[in-house]
Amino acid sequence: MSGFFSSFFSRKSSAPVARDRLQILLAHERASLGEGKSDLLVQLQKEIMEVIRKHVSVDQDKVQVKLDRGASCSMLEIDIEVPGLENGDKNKLSDHKKSA
Amino acid sequence: MAQVLVVTSGKGGVGKTTTTAALGAALAKTGKSVVVVDFDVGLRNLDLVMGAERRVVFDLVNVIQGDAKLPQALIKDKRLDNLSLLPASQTRDKDALTAEGVAKVMAELREKFDWVVCDSPAGIERGAQLAMYHADQAVIVTNPEVSSVRDSDRIIGMLDSTTEKAKAGEKVKKSLLLTRYDPARAARGEMLSVDDVLEILSIPLIGIIPESQDVLRASNLGAPVTLAAPESAPARAYFEAARRLSGEKVDITIPTEKKGLFDWLFKRGAA
Repeated sequence: MSGFFSSFFSRKSSAPVARDRLQILLAHERASLGEGKSDLLVQLQKEIMEVIRKHVSVDQDKVQVKLDRGASCSMLEIDIEVPGLENGDKNKLSDHKKSA
Repeated sequence: MAQVLVVTSGKGGVGKTTTTAALGAALAKTGKSVVVVDFDVGLRNLDLVMGAERRVVFDLVNVIQGDAKLPQALIKDKRLDNLSLLPASQTRDKDALTAEGVAKVMAELREKFDWVVCDSPAGIERGAQLAMYHADQAVIVTNPEVSSVRDSDRIIGMLDSTTEKAKAGEKVKKSLLLTRYDPARAARGEMLSVDDVLEILSIPLIGIIPESQDVLRASNLGAPVTLAAPESAPARAYFEAARRLSGEKVDITIPTEKKGLFDWLFKRGAA
């Protein structure tokens, strides 16, 4: 019975979720997919990697990039494992960027 | 041994992406490691149906062109950790996918996963051909409607001639998945029946997915229907299909008309 009611009520609420998801997604895509446009977050990620590569050799396999695009705030997370900076220890360089 | 499965149809809008997501999640729920791969370069949508659209950084084309390693482009599902997504890119460049590049990625995916489920783009051109080329098995998604059945027939012909297996003298195992099936309309003779479609296409049936609100609701929410509403009729049919793909013998459930009080009142009111 409760299953019936919860599914009855939640049934109504899926279209607003769809609308919100699309609004966020399309806002990002419109800003990045046209002619001559570039995705700021992807650009940032590329340049950050270039800067780091200038100073240390980075193993491509040891790089993890995570992204979460939000309505007003997106998060770009770059995790780079840098081998033996000083004492031969493995150091982890983590870079969290937020961009509007 | 890894199985590469292509979800294909020829015709657009019949439910390939929905099916890829639903079968991928259903197979993952059996404990196997699964990756769903979007081959629809330029018009990716599997990310949206899987609810991962905000997390795409790298895609299939980035991996093929060497801009990213495969593990970096794979997006782990937040609900099932043995389920991953490899998104398509949004480039308009038709030649972004190369045959050698796809072969390399598929070989790497075969090593990492038990199931590689490829979501084919509509049509019979390059993208669709590359999606099916490495397949061991194919699910042909068909609506009980004349143009869909005709296009499925073309695709079956391609599976038997232009795939890697076909060129080696072997066969891609083909299965038919009937989607958007409306039992009431089929009973009234307004829609091709299951038997009609099977007789025309003559390949084994692995499931009948009834037309359902739950499918739309799941894509609104960004979840495969097998995760969003696992008890619903379409999800049950997808779970059965997944078991059949894994080699189990399961009887096919033929959807029957369910008459609730609401339907009954509605139909009377409408008549």
